[in-house]
Amino acid sequence: MSRWRLFAHQFRSDLLRFWRNPQSRYFTVALPIVFLVIFATMFKGTTVVDGRRIGITTFYVPGIMTLGIISASFVNLTQAIVTQRENGEYKRLRGTPLPAAFVIGSRAAVGVVVAVAMSALLLAIGRLAYSVRIPHSTMPGVVLAVIVGAAAFSCIAFAVATRISSAETAAPATNLTVLPLYFISGVFVAESIIPTFLRNIATFFPIHHLDEALLQPVVHTHGSGIATTDLLIVAAWGITALLIAVRTFQWSPRSG
Amino acid sequence: MSAAEPSIIERHLGLDRDVRARAAGVSVISVSGLRKSYGEHEVVRGIDLEVHRGEVFAFLGPNGAGKTTTVEILEGYRSRSAGEVSVLEEDPAAAGSAWRSRIGLVLQSCTMPPELTVRELVELYAGYYPHPRGVAETIELVGLVDKRDARTKQLSGGQLRRLDVALALIGDPELVFLDEPTTGFDPSARHHAWEVIANLRELGKTIFLTTHYMDEAQALADHVAVIVAGEIVAKGTPETLGGRDRALSDISFRLPSGTSLSELPHELTANAGRREDGRVHLSVPDPARALYALAGWALERGEHLDSLTVGRPTLEDIYLRLTDGQEHTE
Repeated sequence: MSRWRLFAHQFRSDLLRFWRNPQSRYFTVALPIVFLVIFATMFKGTTVVDGRRIGITTFYVPGIMTLGIISASFVNLTQAIVTQRENGEYKRLRGTPLPAAFVIGSRAAVGVVVAVAMSALLLAIGRLAYSVRIPHSTMPGVVLAVIVGAAAFSCIAFAVATRISSAETAAPATNLTVLPLYFISGVFVAESIIPTFLRNIATFFPIHHLDEALLQPVVHTHGSGIATTDLLIVAAWGITALLIAVRTFQWSPRSG
Repeated sequence: MSAAEPSIIERHLGLDRDVRARAAGVSVISVSGLRKSYGEHEVVRGIDLEVHRGEVFAFLGPNGAGKTTTVEILEGYRSRSAGEVSVLEEDPAAAGSAWRSRIGLVLQSCTMPPELTVRELVELYAGYYPHPRGVAETIELVGLVDKRDARTKQLSGGQLRRLDVALALIGDPELVFLDEPTTGFDPSARHHAWEVIANLRELGKTIFLTTHYMDEAQALADHVAVIVAGEIVAKGTPETLGGRDRALSDISFRLPSGTSLSELPHELTANAGRREDGRVHLSVPDPARALYALAGWALERGEHLDSLTVGRPTLEDIYLRLTDGQEHTE
């Protein structure tokens, strides 16, 4: 089997496992869609941003996309890595000829592919159900933000997974990290009502910057919609996390 | 072609003989002076092992004796502190994926992916190897045909272990490591697993087995080594381990009422003793001769010898003597 066929072989199996896992289906796939529908139903009406009249729902699309990307490439991926490591699956796979890079690369690719698919799905629902329009001119900004965001948060997942010692604590640990940050980063509520000191805390973390990088092309729609500074900050988090992950990643279960 | 030169056929035959001769004696695993320390604590203290092609080698020892550490060094999971290790002519610490495709592993514990079926998982692993066995045939070999379309979360403990064995065999390995493969099995599942292992030997596989069960080692192993506190304390076949073949036989019976030990034939009283249970035990080098004397004595007096037994030390007796309570102290 050629290397690409081997990677595809592993990827197919990892994607099937993602889809058959109830937690993945409910929290990573269904939840962002439910959130988008709830927010769009709760907040109706239109407003003018930069001289363009847009629906209030348009404000929520970047936030829910941020949620979808992080859920697929960070929360779900971290839980998968910790579970497979603690189950002894990684150790077993290291005893086969499957290259180590494929073991983790394939599962990371599932996270990125799901993040991209969720973003496209949320945009499609926004467009069809809530008339959320994104100019063609800023589509590069959307695509770039989704890809950089998914890749960076995958790297963060591999760095964080090493710090979590059991499969049981993976879900609470990751959710407890991202949920407060969603709120103070302006993912669920308008930034204008968040106290300044909380906003300052949020600007340190990558969630805020991914949200900004998606707001730019979806809501503000200037130029190509690429929020260079925000994307660089997200990418810097990803690269730092990758360097940590490469040095600390563990294949064997912590317990036993 | 002159008569002195061997024909092509002869050369082939000669080559074949060579290959077979080498195969019979060739070392699949060769370990000398292996040491492993964790900080100050040395858990493996200079051991030597030799495992030949096509044999079942059982590695025995109490928990904490360095057994798992040694196996993980051979499997390539752990580094060593000192010594020489060769597995399939390579150093496991430096071996790559070509080497990994020649070995199969059953680890002590591994949870299977709950989202996949038996067949999907075996197919997944088959894809990792250059020359895998057939998927259906391997599932049949471990007796999981009825469960092939069940998700792994629906399998019992014994069935999961059999799936584990199927994953170890799917790459058609030359060498299989089985780390306590039947722990937690019921007796019928254990005997089924033994048949599978015996079949592997028939196929010419080399098997490195660790186990807590002495009857398992007795039933399967060609050679046995016992590790205690990081050192090999005994090596041999199950029949000769620890001088088992030279050990004294034990003859035991109840004396007829009103008979004292001193009334036994003189040649027997020297080796006789009465234990707390009231039974007489004779430790003798030649049980046939002793039994002849004993039976003659009893018949002559018209007495019955109640509950007469003749026994030789089992592998378990030898193992317990060698490990001497280590199982509990570690």
